[in-house]
Amino acid sequence: MKSVFNKQFWTRNETLVAVVIILFCLIASASDPRFLSATTLTDLLRASIVLGIFAIGAMLVLISGGIDVSFTAIAVFAMYVATVLTLGTIPSLPWYLIFTLSILIGAALGALNGLFIARFGLPTLIVTLGTLSLFRGFLLTFVGSERISKLPPGMRDFSRSMLARGTTESGNFYALPLAFAALVFVVVLTWFILHKTMLGRSIFAIGGSEESARRIGINVRATQFFVYVYVGALAGLAGIIHGSLGRMADPFSLVGLELSVIAAVVLGGARLTGGYGTVSGTLLGVALIVLVQNSLIVIGIPSTWQSVAIGLLILIGTGLPAWQAKRAAEQAA
Amino acid sequence: MRILASPEWRLAIITVAVFALMAALSPERFLSEGNLVSMAFQFPEFAILALAMTLTMMTGGIDLSVIGVANLSAVVAATLLASFAPAGIGTVESLPWLALAYTSALIVGATAGAINGLLVARLALPPILATLGSGLVFTGFAVALTGGSAVMGFPESVAWLGNSRMFGIPVPLIVFTLLAYALHFLLTRTSFGLRATLYGANPLAALYAAIDTSKLLLRVYVISGALAAVAGLVIMSRANSAKADYGSSYLLLAVLIAVLGGVNPYGGRGRVIGVVLAVLSMQILSSGLNMLQVSNFARELIWGALLIVVMLINTVDWSERRSKQPEVQGKVTGESS
Repeated sequence: MKSVFNKQFWTRNETLVAVVIILFCLIASASDPRFLSATTLTDLLRASIVLGIFAIGAMLVLISGGIDVSFTAIAVFAMYVATVLTLGTIPSLPWYLIFTLSILIGAALGALNGLFIARFGLPTLIVTLGTLSLFRGFLLTFVGSERISKLPPGMRDFSRSMLARGTTESGNFYALPLAFAALVFVVVLTWFILHKTMLGRSIFAIGGSEESARRIGINVRATQFFVYVYVGALAGLAGIIHGSLGRMADPFSLVGLELSVIAAVVLGGARLTGGYGTVSGTLLGVALIVLVQNSLIVIGIPSTWQSVAIGLLILIGTGLPAWQAKRAAEQAA
Repeated sequence: MRILASPEWRLAIITVAVFALMAALSPERFLSEGNLVSMAFQFPEFAILALAMTLTMMTGGIDLSVIGVANLSAVVAATLLASFAPAGIGTVESLPWLALAYTSALIVGATAGAINGLLVARLALPPILATLGSGLVFTGFAVALTGGSAVMGFPESVAWLGNSRMFGIPVPLIVFTLLAYALHFLLTRTSFGLRATLYGANPLAALYAAIDTSKLLLRVYVISGALAAVAGLVIMSRANSAKADYGSSYLLLAVLIAVLGGVNPYGGRGRVIGVVLAVLSMQILSSGLNMLQVSNFARELIWGALLIVVMLINTVDWSERRSKQPEVQGKVTGESS
């Protein structure tokens, strides 16, 4: 743990984002005292489940030196196909089996990304831009383009299970869905993979320098392939959670969210050049994006400015460290 | 078989093949004058965006903000025309207003491009990130200016840029041809083009060759922004309105066309003629599919598949070249990443 008095601590992205979040909450609670309540907290936590799972996946890709914009299409594809398959075969399937199905579909689509990127060495942005429209186009053309609101009972059961629920003193109802546990699980699992396994060290290594990683004997292709399969599986999970919580399988949803997710990850300090990124930073980035998306109005900024706010946050949050690094390099030279 | 080694020749063959296929599948409708003319009106708007993408990709960058810039420029021009120009004026009286609106749009585009250029050159932000963030900001300004709704109610002369003909040729096609030729000239006949290509091939070598890389990148992104503004004006003219979220599918299309046209996304290689051929084959495919009553979603599917297939074909060639000069290729990708 770095000391609070250390200069490095204050120039880290995580610290900057945390300070912005605290300032945001202070201003928000000053202008509207109801902001500080269990209801707001659980609403924000609920909003951060899907975004958070996506962000953890996107962070892993950034650490490995790539970028993925197709995960929202994978999520909506896996969610919709899993729902349609369940309804068409055994509608009474319990939720965890439907979830497994969605995760497997997501992993399979991720494997396709992995194949193009790891096997053929194509640029990650171009490949995932391509698969984004490939998956979405396939889903809407061949599977279906209708919203399904009559979900399998298993998914409805899941959306009704809560981790915590109750009523605040002022009489407002609050509830935290079971799905939040999935985010916690994903966070712990990813942290474990990144920091406690050889695989995690390999992901950092190929992001830092692919050639160096290859020369010290890391199987670059297998590692890259794993990253995209894992991200696909996470996307499948996020998709089915999104469908269950929204109580609707909507093939038009989610796609378009990818830029906000990447914004959250980049704000949290992960570098687009690879080799660096932290789980805690990513979660802080997600928290900030969720705050901006849901509560901008509370601090007196109209919601039409939301996209400007997120864009500026990305530019400042990434520009500041980049500028500092450039100055440091110039001073050293 | 040597003809197949050049991406431009390969593309020319693909273009002719797609044209022949569509003409064979539905000759009376596809080959009708109406269809050919309507194709010529349709493609210039995204083709101009592809030109902007080509230029930035030549330097190993990318401009993901083109749609945001196009819409912001169009919204500014549209707001000027709709709120300040007197309603119901004739063509001649509206010309000064039109000039003012178009100039403002170009200034907005160039300024937006300059912001991108500063972010990439001065702050050394990766182009993907810089233009992703700035694209959100530009789109956001367009949303904030309009409140998210479309701006309408222009003098009739606005329609000229996108909908009329000069000497029987659609005006947007003329605009695109001029811009494509200008970009071709810029890339092949000027020192700016040579330096941009060299920077894309090897940024470090460009720096050692005493090229002012900051100034170079700034210019590249300013031109890209101005091109996006022109595309925005064409879209505005054709839609007879301006809105913050027009043309959102054009971003993928612009990247696809540039890559299909043989521009190396790592920088240093690409020709305008290839991009023009890619535009033509995409439009022929798109119109043909439309005639065969294929849905928009299927078109998205085909575009995505095409992008990946083309990349795969191009890699086969690069890997052959790479095996001859392994060190050089390794350095290029190492520096640009």
